[in-house]
Amino acid sequence: MEHPINCRKISPGVASGEALVSKDPVSFYGGVDPNSGVVVEKGHCLEGKCISGKVLVFPQGKGSTVGSYTLYRLKKNGVAPAAIINQETETVVAVGAIISKIPMVDKLEGDAYSKIRDGMHIEVDATNAKVKF
Amino acid sequence: MKLTAEERKMYEGKRGKAAQTAMEILVALGEIYGAKNMVPVSSVQVSGVSYHNLGDAGLEFLEEQAKDGKVRVLTTLNPAGMDLDDWKKLGISDDFAQKQLTVISAFAKMGITVSCTCTPYLVGNLPRFNDHIAWGESSAVTFANSVLGARTNREGGPSALAAALTGKTPAYGLHLDENRQAQLHVQVKAKLNSTSDFSALGWALGKKFGNKIPLMTGIKHATIDELKSLSAALPTYGGPSLFHIKGITPNRTKKPKETATITEDDIKEAYKALNEESDIVDFVAIGCPHASINEIKKIASLLEGRHVKAEFWIATARQTKELADRAGYSKIIEASGAKIACDTCMAVAPLKGRFRVMAIDSAKGCYYARGSNGFKTKFGTLEQCIDAAVTGKWNPK
Repeated sequence: MEHPINCRKISPGVASGEALVSKDPVSFYGGVDPNSGVVVEKGHCLEGKCISGKVLVFPQGKGSTVGSYTLYRLKKNGVAPAAIINQETETVVAVGAIISKIPMVDKLEGDAYSKIRDGMHIEVDATNAKVKF
Repeated sequence: MKLTAEERKMYEGKRGKAAQTAMEILVALGEIYGAKNMVPVSSVQVSGVSYHNLGDAGLEFLEEQAKDGKVRVLTTLNPAGMDLDDWKKLGISDDFAQKQLTVISAFAKMGITVSCTCTPYLVGNLPRFNDHIAWGESSAVTFANSVLGARTNREGGPSALAAALTGKTPAYGLHLDENRQAQLHVQVKAKLNSTSDFSALGWALGKKFGNKIPLMTGIKHATIDELKSLSAALPTYGGPSLFHIKGITPNRTKKPKETATITEDDIKEAYKALNEESDIVDFVAIGCPHASINEIKKIASLLEGRHVKAEFWIATARQTKELADRAGYSKIIEASGAKIACDTCMAVAPLKGRFRVMAIDSAKGCYYARGSNGFKTKFGTLEQCIDAAVTGKWNPK
């Protein structure tokens, strides 16, 4: 898709990187190691994978509100995702992305969300609510 | 979302970085939940205070916000992970204490009143009927919505702090009339005689009816302490942050068509579910939510002339302890070997692995004892809990 796709801005900023797609919701608190950026939740589809520098794509967040602070810690440790795309977000991840200054969008136009595959290069312009891949 | 000129200035960073981050959080939440505008709040209660839950990540964020952030409305604080003045008596390590005090300094720097209680309405943060507020701490949220008739959603730590730094919250959810109506008429056909009975009622409502807002009939009498217990248990077990009781709570609501009942058996089931196999009790915790002066008076009269075998904490707000000191209750309680723990509670202190079986009169307390601390739980009346503290054993009644 060469044309930019409209979406909803959650947290402003511009970033690009390789897509890492999770079919499962993500809990940052307890689910991701804040020092390495590796997913540690048992049985999660991304278990053992590192989210650092990726455009992390997952349906929505889950779990404790402390998860907002875990995203902040990932950012401080230099292992946060470059950007986040959700299908439809909830408060824990939204607040986490905002306080961590991680560009984040959700509600991609049409069926674009379902066409994202692991390893695709994705440009996220959250400020202008556009995604390109 | 429609923003006022002042809100826009905050959003664009013209009122400093902390206010900008705060407004970004509020706008994002407002857009997610379809709010049309912000409303001014008259007070804020900030949760997420214990270093045990925040960790270094939370601490760093708070210190960043404290660089140029100042609260714009009365803002009080949830319990910390320890008694801020006397943590040693509770067996808290110096390392933890230093981190916790750094967290508290960041809050204080922003102008937050270091109340460290989950019952802000008992110590000077008392919203009036119909006030918009932005509170964290689910028990206080439910009490404020239901018993006081104020209006708040259940805020997380960062969103409550954002409301404090801007004086605003997005108008959605329980701020709006249409979302405050009862959804289920619950006929209560059980006798409720204690804080633990009302706590059991909260457990039963949450387990049976999920997050449907109940209008309860059949409850003739309820003390403030009992309503405080119900407010803690209900949201902990999947219930809503608002309830109505005919003749007792102030919000107006239509009577829903759908009806259900709570019977003696439902209350018994709560007691059964929250009591695990064990004869011994090595920890007793009263004060979830924080004990009122009336509860402390009762505890003192039950403990007078007795000595406790189990570790026994009575968690309360520091102001309440001052009243207890003056009245002589603290002296009686401490002479028994029990400890009055200010600023903290069993749910947020770093207690994992320190005890095996905890007795409490709060269903909410049981949830945190099991989940976060790995204790077995005994759940009963205040009298049963005090007997357990004295004998180190659980005597079913």
